[in-house]
Amino acid sequence: MRIKINGKEEILDKSISLQQLLVKKGLDKKRVVIELDLKIIPEQDLANTLIQEDDSIEIINFVGGG
Amino acid sequence: MADYLFLAGKKITNRLFIGTGKFPNQLMVKKVLEKSRAEVVTVALRRVDLTSKEDNILDYIPKDCHLMINTSGARDASEAVRIARLAKASGCGNWIKLEVIADNKYLLPDNLETLKAAEKLAQEGFAVFPYISPDLSLAKRLVKAGCAAVMPLGSSIGSKRGIKTAELIKIMIQEVPSPIIVDAGIGWPSDASYCMEIGCAAVLVNTAIATAKNPIEMAKAFSLAVQAGRLAYFNSTKSSAEFASASSPLTGFLRTKA
Repeated sequence: MRIKINGKEEILDKSISLQQLLVKKGLDKKRVVIELDLKIIPEQDLANTLIQEDDSIEIINFVGGG
Repeated sequence: MADYLFLAGKKITNRLFIGTGKFPNQLMVKKVLEKSRAEVVTVALRRVDLTSKEDNILDYIPKDCHLMINTSGARDASEAVRIARLAKASGCGNWIKLEVIADNKYLLPDNLETLKAAEKLAQEGFAVFPYISPDLSLAKRLVKAGCAAVMPLGSSIGSKRGIKTAELIKIMIQEVPSPIIVDAGIGWPSDASYCMEIGCAAVLVNTAIATAKNPIEMAKAFSLAVQAGRLAYFNSTKSSAEFASASSPLTGFLRTKA
């Protein structure tokens, strides 16, 4: 399954949930914000949102800034 | 008598706001914020670097700091609104330092796109702090749109060139019914003090502290300057003269000749 994460193409063996994706990437769901195809996915919906072919996912966090 | 700044429902004592970019490391951010007792702190939002294991900046910001999340990276109003909504979804509050910048050379804000985004975000309930090139008409429109304050630049971001826009900022302080918070270009504590002396509500400083030889000491210098400027603002007669006025008595001179 071909998807995009933070602008880069990735291949997934099978469809997983966004929460499972975060676990796979070693990310804490409380420290990031997720956008799926330009739609913000609330934390409570991460476990039941399945990734599909051609999905574009943005995983965003806070960094230092002025 | 306590001198609080009321911003978007929050009571603030420390009028030195600090940006968290460009520090040598995240631990220094924490030390500076703790020592300076900063209450308002800016951060940015970016894609997670999936190749790096860097700690989250939030772990280095004291819990009682209020986050002002900037929309840096936004090149137009729609991108700024998108970033603001992501910020809100993070659960870290709704204070947005609205930055809309398409100019990569001077990093000057796009005032028109800023107004568009501010109107939208204010309607959605954000506390909007727009970063602008000083423009009186724009500032009035931003306040009318519901912005919590207006943040005119002193000079280009990161330039440390000081308050090149002083005359326009003074006009805004006189004419705009909103806190005026100078952001960008503050290079020295004297710049910060000057802003407070002329009546700014607060200043936001990042580069001058983060890139100092000793950011902790520099933050202390800025803190003192902001306090000094504020005291001077309250106690100045705000007048200057074309000619001299002697400071010592004009009688009782010791003369050998009349």
